[in-house]
Amino acid sequence: MTDQQIIDLINTSLEEEFELEKEDMKPEALLFDDLELDSLDIVDLVVVLEKAFQFKIREEDSIQEIRTLGDIHRFVINKKKELNTL
Amino acid sequence: MRRVVITGMGAVSPYGKGLDIFFESLIEGKSAITSLSDLADIKGLRSWVAGLVNGIDPKEIPRKYRRSMSSMSIYATLACREALDQACLNEEHCTGGQMGVAIGSTIGSTLTTQEFFNNLLSTGSLEQMKSTVFFKIMNHSCAANVSQILGITGRTLSPSAACSTSCQAIGFGYEMIAFGKQDFMLCGGTDEYHPLFTGTFDILNAASVKFNDQPSRTPRPFDRDRDGVVCSEGSGILLLESLDSAKKRGANILSEIIGFATVSDPSNIANPDMASIKRCMQLALNDANIKPEEIDYVNAHATSTKQGDIVEGEAISELFGDDTPVSSFKGHLGHTMAASGALESIALVEMINRGCLIPTLNLENIDDACSNIRHIFELQTTSIKTAIKNNFALGGINSSLVIRRYIDD
Repeated sequence: MTDQQIIDLINTSLEEEFELEKEDMKPEALLFDDLELDSLDIVDLVVVLEKAFQFKIREEDSIQEIRTLGDIHRFVINKKKELNTL
Repeated sequence: MRRVVITGMGAVSPYGKGLDIFFESLIEGKSAITSLSDLADIKGLRSWVAGLVNGIDPKEIPRKYRRSMSSMSIYATLACREALDQACLNEEHCTGGQMGVAIGSTIGSTLTTQEFFNNLLSTGSLEQMKSTVFFKIMNHSCAANVSQILGITGRTLSPSAACSTSCQAIGFGYEMIAFGKQDFMLCGGTDEYHPLFTGTFDILNAASVKFNDQPSRTPRPFDRDRDGVVCSEGSGILLLESLDSAKKRGANILSEIIGFATVSDPSNIANPDMASIKRCMQLALNDANIKPEEIDYVNAHATSTKQGDIVEGEAISELFGDDTPVSSFKGHLGHTMAASGALESIALVEMINRGCLIPTLNLENIDDACSNIRHIFELQTTSIKTAIKNNFALGGINSSLVIRRYIDD
């Protein structure tokens, strides 16, 4: 998968799960303040990403650092690269 | 003790969304029952008829609140909104602490439970479990979801007694207001259809199985050809309010609740008992401080089971004689389970206000064993001042409400 394919899959998965508008899916969008997600949604966000990308990330400490949609893009791209190098 | 009145009502029924289609369909004698091919595919299930809700848009409810709701909570929320609108109550009334909630369901969302266990048993894993699964399964799911979306800060309770659920919810709400614990109560019940319900009655030989290809002809309360319950879904909500509050804010008062009783019948967990039903109705009359001859109409539970209709008819006959009009709405709606007490009470209030009596749909030939009461066969124009409404549940939980036309005295 290219980085753009990863970003597209993340965005479409989150749009579907959280009923988000495509035009709001900007990298700088804050998950809580701009996309209006909350702590319950973050639990489901992990489930959605694990299903979409077939990896396990729930125990990753770096998830706690995620604040924006762009943070998710970078997290998943790095995780995919990490898995590909194993 | 404070007087308690009804100032708002809301319905999501197998006829669709809203009070208008609900009552007009009852008046027109429409059946809400259809045949479901999905049921015919279930091995061992003999009853393939049900009354399902159509024509609602769950997306009327914001995702933040909808995510923890199964269908039954969605039905209850839409019905609550209609009741609040009719009562002309706003957000401040909900959030100020004077508003409580008493809304129950038979059980939590069976479909959600089924999906959870399907996933768990097929994968052996909880890794795909969403955060909101439990909020749809817990027994107080509907009451909690309604309180969340409406911002209600008063008492929230979730009575659960199967077919007696919403009759009890209204009764408990009535008592809370009468005792001065709340000024407003959103009361009622809600259920979403699942084959578990039909299967439960079928295994007890109490589900309708002979009309799968003629769904509008079943159920048939008190009819000699009745063959059992038809399960349905929906939600009925009544907004109860203290008379003082209603008068103070100039509310349109729809009717008054003057009596309530609920009793346990420990004689059998599945079979109704005439003496217990009669005792329940008598206690409701005592609570209302009226005599049996003051009752102008009985809205029967009458689900169309062989035994239940006979026993209820005997109890009504013993208490009210053979000249008090009786009808059941199960022939129209099927058995809306936890919603039945509230939806049928809403119809009763409408009949009181419009001055009419709706007959029992599909009652064509009275069963000899049910001939000891005065049945209604046609829509009648008449004045009803005081009526009693019955609901009886598996588990031996009986309940009765006494509702009176509001008289400003």
